[in-house]
Amino acid sequence: MATDRNMSPTKCPMPSQEPNVRNKNFGEVALGYTYEMAVNEAKRCLHCPKKPCQGGCPVGIDIPAFIAKVAEGDIEAAYTILSSASALPAVCGRVCPQETQCEGVCVRGVKGEPVAIGRLERFVADWHREHNAQKPQKPAANGHKVAVIGAGPSGLTCAGELAKAGYAVTIYEALHLAGGVLVYGIPEFRLPKSIVQQEIDGLKALGVDIETNMVIGKVLTIDELMGEMGFEAVYVASGAGLPRFMGIPGESLKGVYSANEYLTRVNLMKAYKPESKTPIQHSHRVAVVGGGNVAMDAARCAKRLGAEEVFIVYRRSMNELPARAEEVEHAQEEGIIFKTLTNPVEVLGDENGCVRGMKCVEMELGEPDESGRRRPKVKEGSEFTLELDTMIMSIGTSPNPLIRSTTPGLETNKHGCIVTNGDDGLTSREGVYAGGDAVTGAATVILAMGAGKAAAKAIDEYIKNK
Amino acid sequence: MYQIVEKQALNPTVTKMVITAPLIAKKAQPGQFIIVRAKEDSERIPLTVADYDREKGTVTIIFQLVGAGTMELDSLAQGDCVHDFVGPLGRPSELEGLKKVAVVGGGVGCAIAYPIAKRLHEMGCEVHSIVGFRNKDLVILEDEFRAASSKLVLMTDDGSYGDKGVVTAPLKELIEAGEQYDEVIAIGPLIMMKFVCATTKPFGVKTVVSMNPIMIDGTGMCGGCRLTVGGKTCFACVDGPDFDGHEVDFDEAMQRGNMYHAFEAEARDSMCNLLKQEVR
Repeated sequence: MATDRNMSPTKCPMPSQEPNVRNKNFGEVALGYTYEMAVNEAKRCLHCPKKPCQGGCPVGIDIPAFIAKVAEGDIEAAYTILSSASALPAVCGRVCPQETQCEGVCVRGVKGEPVAIGRLERFVADWHREHNAQKPQKPAANGHKVAVIGAGPSGLTCAGELAKAGYAVTIYEALHLAGGVLVYGIPEFRLPKSIVQQEIDGLKALGVDIETNMVIGKVLTIDELMGEMGFEAVYVASGAGLPRFMGIPGESLKGVYSANEYLTRVNLMKAYKPESKTPIQHSHRVAVVGGGNVAMDAARCAKRLGAEEVFIVYRRSMNELPARAEEVEHAQEEGIIFKTLTNPVEVLGDENGCVRGMKCVEMELGEPDESGRRRPKVKEGSEFTLELDTMIMSIGTSPNPLIRSTTPGLETNKHGCIVTNGDDGLTSREGVYAGGDAVTGAATVILAMGAGKAAAKAIDEYIKNK
Repeated sequence: MYQIVEKQALNPTVTKMVITAPLIAKKAQPGQFIIVRAKEDSERIPLTVADYDREKGTVTIIFQLVGAGTMELDSLAQGDCVHDFVGPLGRPSELEGLKKVAVVGGGVGCAIAYPIAKRLHEMGCEVHSIVGFRNKDLVILEDEFRAASSKLVLMTDDGSYGDKGVVTAPLKELIEAGEQYDEVIAIGPLIMMKFVCATTKPFGVKTVVSMNPIMIDGTGMCGGCRLTVGGKTCFACVDGPDFDGHEVDFDEAMQRGNMYHAFEAEARDSMCNLLKQEVR
């Protein structure tokens, strides 16, 4: 194979919609590799014996092995390797922060760009979906019942792993649609909902029962699930859905949204479709406060809904933006204006109680704080006003209180996160496991999936040894 | 699924539906709410639970036709199913230990005030009900309130039925006449609740209001239902919907409540046209 290696220092570029076209539609931005591009990119892998990329993957995919199959042109074999480790490869290929995980430790990245692992993962998953209509086979039942709370990436992963091992799994989802952040948060142009639906259909084929419209803690408690309903273990993956606000004056004005509300209206409630019945503000000048992936998503949605000027307002500098590099790049290409080292201090309203602007201060970076990032501090006398009609708060979320307030004996920390024992997700209650954002606070899809996978293994061991 | 086992027009703009939802019926308590979606692409509408029957496994909702979502819901007939029905959400009303209460209801808010009056009455609490409507045609639940109250005052804005005027006048009279209420519970339009609170405040009578702001998920996720209560931001869906009325910033709530008025009017008109076409 060495003779056939591709020594190009750069990744094969991703075919994408033109920035000035895509910022007016909700179609997917990145169009995906062709077969030839994928095979060619796969040949950039050096197959290092230590496989640093696999160590960098939160679900431990054997990356060199699947890439070798792509290079050979055996895409279905590549898919088998991928799907044995990851429950949602088509999703991860699109939304994982590869630059801080697998690709961040790729040896090719030392002198040039790393292998485009994420793009290859996406290609393989998409190829499988388009070429192999066969639904997974329902495994033989082992006679044990497990409940999963929340149909987001963590819950879906845990359910999939347990179902493959023969468990009868029921997922309880509070919203009317399964998928969690994959359907209410991440927009169509970054993750088409048909892909999420297909992954969910795959779980259903494995025998997973998904009960929507079920708010656990309200309609049923964990005690009832484990008592009269006969579930031997419960996995809590209820996410971190409670939005934070800054606590500055004017946050109740009309036109101030949490990113959760804005994205839920646009994505889950389909306000992006012209025929939708979901109300959403028709904005002209929008500021999104925050620098994470959610902030990028909200800003890019606002642009697509017709806003002339959309700002990302972030209190640190471009270097500290927590969003995936690709999202920042895409946002810039689409005309989103980055106002970094800027912090809002007040939202200004007009006589009708609508947002008319935002009073901001400029920031400068001081000494590093406990997170290792340089602490932003206010530049004296730097106050200025940004004229706006919409402000979207994207400064983080906290775990939802509904489970902890209705589950006696479930230990949580001062941030409201469920406390677990090490990596297997066991909580302070026997048989109750937890993972994803409900434990870590707002994090990434792949970390939530990793937690779901680890918990599934722990639950399997717990039930077998009971 | 969630079948409509009974449907009744209480007046030209207010509809009652009894819906099969055994798990919710088993847990629901007065003051809590559900979220309903009529069809697959409908809006999520929060509605306070008007009644429930734990044995039959049904939950009753009463709603006013205000926008496209409620009109779509009203287009369903007895025997049809609603697409989604979620609950019980929010915190139940705290009624334990109350001995004498004035229940004040306005318009469709009476649909929510009634189960509270009924529960208080069943608990042996003395209930005075003051209910207000725009005119005689819009009066709902009169007999039910009468059965649950030792005193019922019915008001209409135009005097076409009961006494003419707004609910705050008889409330003030009763308090001034020496009625000692443990609590006043007011449920109705924001403007009514605001003035009930302004009426009771000088007398120091605790007043609880039920807030029904714009909401999407009902589980604390969107933050759209936020209110300022006692200077703090609260989410009506998880911290309420009941709040101490003397602490609620009603002016802000009213302003937030009209955020989508133009959109709603447009949607309502197009829905009306759509429904007309269907009838034809």
